Amino acid sequence: MKRNPEGGPVPGGDTFPALLLAQAERRPQAPAMREKRYGIWQTLSWREMTELVRDLACGLAEAGLARGEHVVLIGENRPRLYAAMLAVQSLGAVPVPLYQDAVAAEFVFPIENAEVAFAVVEDQEQVDKLLEIRARTPRLARIWYDEPRGLRNYAEPGLESLQALIDAGRSRHARDPGFFLEQVGRIRSGDVAAIFFTSGTTAEPKGVVHTHASLIDRARAGARFDSLDEREEVLAYLPPAWIGQNCFSYAQWLVCGYVVNCPESASTVTIDLKEIGPTYYFAPPRVFEALLTDVTIRMEDASLPKRWMFERFMRIARRRVDAPAPTPARPSPLERLLLAIGDVLVYGPLRNALGMSRIRVAYTAGEAIGPDLFAFYRSIGINLKQLYGSTETAVFVCVQPDHDVRPETVGVALEGVELRIDDRGEILIKSAGLLKEYYRNPQASAEVLTPDGWYRSGDAGFLDASGQLRVIDRARDVGRLRGGPWDGAMFAPKYIENKLKFFPHIKEAVAFGDGRDKVCAFVNIDFEAMGNWAEKRNLSYTGYADLAGKPEVQAFVLQCVEKVNADLAADPQLAGSQISRFLVLHKELDADDGELTRTRKVRRGFIAQKYALLVEAMYEGRDVQYVETQVRFEDGRTGTTAANVRILDARTFPALRKAA
Amino acid sequence: MSSAASAALPRARVDMPIDGTRSAAIAPPVGASAESARRRAGAPILVVENVSLRFGGVQALQDISFEVREHEILSIIGPNGAGKSSMLNCINGVYAPQQGSITLCGEALRRPNPHKVARMGVGRTFQNLALFGGMTVLQNIMAGRNFRMKCGIALQALRLGPANREEVAHREIVERIIDFLEIQPWRHTAVDRLPYGLQKRVDLGRALAMEPRLLLLDEPMAGMNVEEKQDMCRFVLDVNDEFGTTVVLIEHDMSVVMDISDRVVVLDYGRKIADGPPQEVRGNEDVLRAYLGGAAARGD
Repeated sequence: MKRNPEGGPVPGGDTFPALLLAQAERRPQAPAMREKRYGIWQTLSWREMTELVRDLACGLAEAGLARGEHVVLIGENRPRLYAAMLAVQSLGAVPVPLYQDAVAAEFVFPIENAEVAFAVVEDQEQVDKLLEIRARTPRLARIWYDEPRGLRNYAEPGLESLQALIDAGRSRHARDPGFFLEQVGRIRSGDVAAIFFTSGTTAEPKGVVHTHASLIDRARAGARFDSLDEREEVLAYLPPAWIGQNCFSYAQWLVCGYVVNCPESASTVTIDLKEIGPTYYFAPPRVFEALLTDVTIRMEDASLPKRWMFERFMRIARRRVDAPAPTPARPSPLERLLLAIGDVLVYGPLRNALGMSRIRVAYTAGEAIGPDLFAFYRSIGINLKQLYGSTETAVFVCVQPDHDVRPETVGVALEGVELRIDDRGEILIKSAGLLKEYYRNPQASAEVLTPDGWYRSGDAGFLDASGQLRVIDRARDVGRLRGGPWDGAMFAPKYIENKLKFFPHIKEAVAFGDGRDKVCAFVNIDFEAMGNWAEKRNLSYTGYADLAGKPEVQAFVLQCVEKVNADLAADPQLAGSQISRFLVLHKELDADDGELTRTRKVRRGFIAQKYALLVEAMYEGRDVQYVETQVRFEDGRTGTTAANVRILDARTFPALRKAA
Repeated sequence: MSSAASAALPRARVDMPIDGTRSAAIAPPVGASAESARRRAGAPILVVENVSLRFGGVQALQDISFEVREHEILSIIGPNGAGKSSMLNCINGVYAPQQGSITLCGEALRRPNPHKVARMGVGRTFQNLALFGGMTVLQNIMAGRNFRMKCGIALQALRLGPANREEVAHREIVERIIDFLEIQPWRHTAVDRLPYGLQKRVDLGRALAMEPRLLLLDEPMAGMNVEEKQDMCRFVLDVNDEFGTTVVLIEHDMSVVMDISDRVVVLDYGRKIADGPPQEVRGNEDVLRAYLGGAAARGD
């Protein structure tokens, strides 16, 4: 597709409602949003969108919404909810989108914290949740719903359909035609535009306050980086309360003027994806993983020649992708021919089946994406890139450039972003997109915002030789080695553990090293994968402990560990984190024994304490350690397992000095 | 968009009956206040008087009388062979009872036949699914619109102007039903590739496509798991709520019957042994005897 050479967004307006008016003036008939209803994509043009926003705003003003007040929005991606967000902002009030899949009790804190009196919600489900907590949210006076189904017989005070609000607004507009524009004219870019509540795992959630200026600045920077323009198609299918979705289907929508498409329902997303064929796409790794699993399963059912073709051409494509960045020399003529054939026979049809034929830019973020997963999508010709950012930074901090995608980094700092790594390895960020504050939480605000304007991300990382950022762990988990050849080197346990866990035969890993002279690790084998491996080699075993204790298995794990070490050695910053000694644990780490959290994250501190004997044995240089461990069976009884656990030495490599 | 939806929906009523006696198993909507919860059942839409039906020597129905009021949900229950499906087939015009009369919307069914009854606004679903397996969900539901199509086969086959316009109008109604039953992901899937619970939903959709005033459901929840049953209950209630459709339901699952019915008619060996609101029927001695045998009812 030919792009506008200047690319980038259209200027005009420094608040969201002003951007809407600018788009409507420039291209009144062009589609702004589509929603699939009754099997047909129904289009709302920019002019219709503006009229809808105007009516909603007038209606809300009639209902008594004043400047600076908060309005809760709950629902899936629907044009009328996005219009409501714009309407609230038009009046100088603040929309507070909440997650539509949260349980009722989770709404209490934000509604009370932000003193919310008005709510605009999608349907009966959300209405029921708000009514359930009504006793605990006495301020909440009015609730409007978009979808009337099932709500006909509700006789609750203050409950009304969104259509009624629109109608009221329309008559208000007829009486006072200048009102809406006058209100929009009064908003300033420094006004608060929205509050996003971040899920609090340990404490109460925190409301991240963003201004028009901060959100628009980042949306523009991202759009310029990828030369997004009004021809993009976006499918909005993630929760609108999440800042990422808000950026892609709201901030950048208004900045660029592209089309946002709302799926028919959550269960039709894959079908809608194929129908729309988005050009700009975002998904967390789990979505890409689910799509790949689907492909893999279907390939296993395919006929033999198809499978052969698929495997053959995927290998060819993979070789290209695995070549080191930046984009290497042109492929040889033969390679080019094979890639062209592959595109016709395999890659093209695959992209089509995934609904990704038209994708120009696809992003993934949120958690670490496995290298194989990442490489798969890139190898079939999808421009999948990683992005680094958070709610507090209005998404865009670092982005991988189109022609310099290095899987282990999250890319370069976007324009307007300054990065600094402090002496503890924590990433500090300065940009125009930083949060204003946490709502009514000066203590938390002070913890993350330094007096000189830096935001503490809480992530540890470093800039590599090419200037790309690598995020390795949460800052509070990162330690330092003390003594030994690597004295003072950074130790990032999760980074090492993830590297080990990317091997299918390794289920869990626990790395130790903070304050020690070397890194040692526990490895948990994956019983199923390792069991299969053993069976193929006619290796008999009785159970988990027996399999884990097999010298062959341990030799296999040793190879994995040494591969990780070779990888780490390539990186001057992380060379010190190479694993010197390790053991294959005789027992599976289990949440029932308190070794894992319920979401399967290793509890490093607890494990270090419970297996102190083994940890000490590794550091003392012993080869075998006898250990008895208490285990809890599924029926609640406890027992002990005993084993002689062998400790192995792994080869480490001298750090490679990069020529670059 | 949605405002246009309700305007075009079949027989959407403003003076909707307000649902009252809903139970806890299917959580009642939080907002439906108890005050306004008195169901306003309308005039009788179906009157069955002294109906008897014999197949040779088998007395399937004996002197059955009951009436169904507009907007209510009536369940017919009874042990196997009690005559429930026969009763439905009489209403439906499949069987002609030897004695008695059936009056539908004030019009007596003299020489009943299923086509005529269907035209009078009676839709039904079947105990054993009777869908067109090779056809898609959309096509199956569209088939339910057959009675309401006016263009002849020639026009339809040639896709001439009026036939096309008609097709679009019917498709719109079908799409509203698909939306209502939440089967959008399977719009273009052949019915026999769908799981059983979904097929039942399609069956209901096809019956709804006729825009019936009276809906006969023959064991709509048979063979379903708990979740599918809950979904189906919700749809039956919603049909009744949104469109004001009167529902006559045959069902074996007692908790379902007690939860969603306004009134229950109990049959046993072709006779009516009870008729009343669920709470009343639940305690009826004849009913207990029919279901549990004599000993249980006597309490020893």
